[in-house]
Amino acid sequence: MTSSVSASILRPRARGPLSKLLADDKLATIALFLPPALLLYTLFVILPIGEAGYYSAFSWNGFGSPTNWIGFDNYRYVFENRAFGLALRNNVLIIVVSLLIQLPLALALAIALSEKFRGAVALRMLFFLPYVLAEIATGLIFSFVYDGNYGLLASVWRLFGAEAPHLLASPQTSMLAILIVIVWKYFGFHMMLYIAALQGIDRSLIEAARIDGASRFELLRYVVIPLLYPTIRLTVFFSVVGSLQLFDLVMPLTRGGPADSSNTLVSFLYNFGVMRMRVGFGSAVGVILFCICVTFAFTYKRWMMRDD
Amino acid sequence: MRLLRFLVLAIAALSMTVATADAQTTVRWLHIEANPAQVKIWEEVARGFEAKNPGVKVEMQFLENEAYKAKLPTILQSKDRPHIIYSWAGGVLKTQVEAGVLQDIGPQLKGYSDQLAPAAVAAFTIDGKTYGVPMALSEVGFFYNKELMAKAGVDATTIKTWDDLLAAVKKLKAAGVIPIAVGGADKWPLHFYWTYLAMRAGGKPAFDAAMRGESGGFGGETFVKAGELFKQLVDLQPFQTGFLGFKNQPAVGYFGDGKAALTLALNNVYLLQRVLAADKVGLSDDKLGWFAFPTVSGGKGDASDTLGGITGWLVTKGAPKEATEFLKFFVSLDVQKQLAAGNFLVPVVGGAETAFANPFMGNIAQNLARSKYHQNFLDQALGPSVGRVVNDVTAEIAGGSMTPAAAAKAIQDAWKQGN
Repeated sequence: MTSSVSASILRPRARGPLSKLLADDKLATIALFLPPALLLYTLFVILPIGEAGYYSAFSWNGFGSPTNWIGFDNYRYVFENRAFGLALRNNVLIIVVSLLIQLPLALALAIALSEKFRGAVALRMLFFLPYVLAEIATGLIFSFVYDGNYGLLASVWRLFGAEAPHLLASPQTSMLAILIVIVWKYFGFHMMLYIAALQGIDRSLIEAARIDGASRFELLRYVVIPLLYPTIRLTVFFSVVGSLQLFDLVMPLTRGGPADSSNTLVSFLYNFGVMRMRVGFGSAVGVILFCICVTFAFTYKRWMMRDD
Repeated sequence: MRLLRFLVLAIAALSMTVATADAQTTVRWLHIEANPAQVKIWEEVARGFEAKNPGVKVEMQFLENEAYKAKLPTILQSKDRPHIIYSWAGGVLKTQVEAGVLQDIGPQLKGYSDQLAPAAVAAFTIDGKTYGVPMALSEVGFFYNKELMAKAGVDATTIKTWDDLLAAVKKLKAAGVIPIAVGGADKWPLHFYWTYLAMRAGGKPAFDAAMRGESGGFGGETFVKAGELFKQLVDLQPFQTGFLGFKNQPAVGYFGDGKAALTLALNNVYLLQRVLAADKVGLSDDKLGWFAFPTVSGGKGDASDTLGGITGWLVTKGAPKEATEFLKFFVSLDVQKQLAAGNFLVPVVGGAETAFANPFMGNIAQNLARSKYHQNFLDQALGPSVGRVVNDVTAEIAGGSMTPAAAAKAIQDAWKQGN
């Protein structure tokens, strides 16, 4: 977005920028369309980021204006906090599971369902449904499913005569339970993106490969999947950013517990910053999260998606 | 941000002036009461106040408990803040006073506050200035299921010491009864154990010393001992399976369903366990018993010391004087009697306790009247940050992932870091 805009402003500079701009009516366009977006972006993105950076240098509970300057102590507290390390680990775990399980699963289903057969559309809808559900509702539904006394899982376990585990109540399994929900909820979304991309593939390429005697596997390996690379790169991007922002699934399921075993960075921020009225500390977490997101977004865009 | 806030406020202010052009005073009252039966009584009181004071309107606003705690700092700094807000007193009240968002209503309470329990008024008084009106007291203690206790051959009336309790838990387990139900996912139901044990072991002097940072603060001997005693209980595996995944309400329902013999809870569980039981009946009076938290051998605390809440209402800065007048009308003998008769609360107005419909709540009121040291919930008393650390570490001791000494140290570290 930004790079293409600045490029189009910069390019005419060699030939007298202003006159060229005026001649193209570009200036008018910019004057008309840029301010609203710029204003909103500044108000709701740039300013809050700046404010967070400022607050993170204070020990402040949110009342009045911050006065107790403590420099970088908040950042030290964040990094010394055991729960922060766990939250970071959980975010990495979510990314790994998304990339190694969720996306391959979505791709496989997309390839199967992009072919025309009876029920394909119905199945697509079915797999896409979890994505449509609100996160909070999903969390509540699964907290009932996982319930060790009355839940669906418990009844299945009992069918085999075993005592059901309380997945959400143990620090060892709480994250596993959440990961399962994440995969279940979001694979349909990625599958839809892949199906859309598959439908955009030029049929003649596939026919040409067939005529050349490519087997089904070779067709996938050397023709279809390479043509999907832009979409795959996009879904990887969505997965990573989505996992960094994950919050609303965690809250109804575990609230980050037990013993902080299932916090993500954002739920850590909420539990330790907002709920404890430590606005300075929370701001520091926000700034760290922001840095992680920006670093990832820019390097990824620069190195992986530059051709897209 | 500033500009937008200004715009929103300007619009809000404009619409306000239009709405109140007919010389009305509106008292905005923000509460967190989720029980519709009680809210109904409150609304009737508000309408009664309006009838007696023409030109005054009382507007009720509701926020859910946790949401209220999270949003309050922002709400209080808005020019459009409510005039009356809910409070648990303690460290949170202190930060609000320091931020200058509250109003000293002491002068307006002259002559009125004499009828209130002195300890309750003191909880809302800081440096000689009174910022609010208390409404209710509460006590934490053990509820027990008489049938299940009898099944295991345990006489609850003989449980006086911590060792008695441990022995009772062993007997219950041997009889195949789940000893204790607890909402471990919410953490604060677990912090009752740790706090009470520390109170019984060290008494008020230990807490006062820890607040001053003396003798190791919250990392000191008393608090390590509280953790160790709690661990004795945890090691018996007394709680229902998966207790760390239970929130408070399902755990109370579990107890109300008669699935566990004991639960350490606030006195309002007396009503709550009926509402939350699967059959909506729960345990009737003849099946439900209560005993105070047991003492600890060699402990310095008194057996009559109580843990619980002192809750009430604060008046914010810039509120009209009608807000305080309404509180005086609301926390009056008549209304308190009415609420006590419904078993909704333990009243703070002297004489209102005679209205209790049953001996259970009357007993609680007596305990509180006898108590010389009533400790407010630590997550309020120590301020929101340190209080949550107390909740965290007790849950970790219960889950076996932290030693008592490490838990006490974590609280002390948080205390030093401050809010």
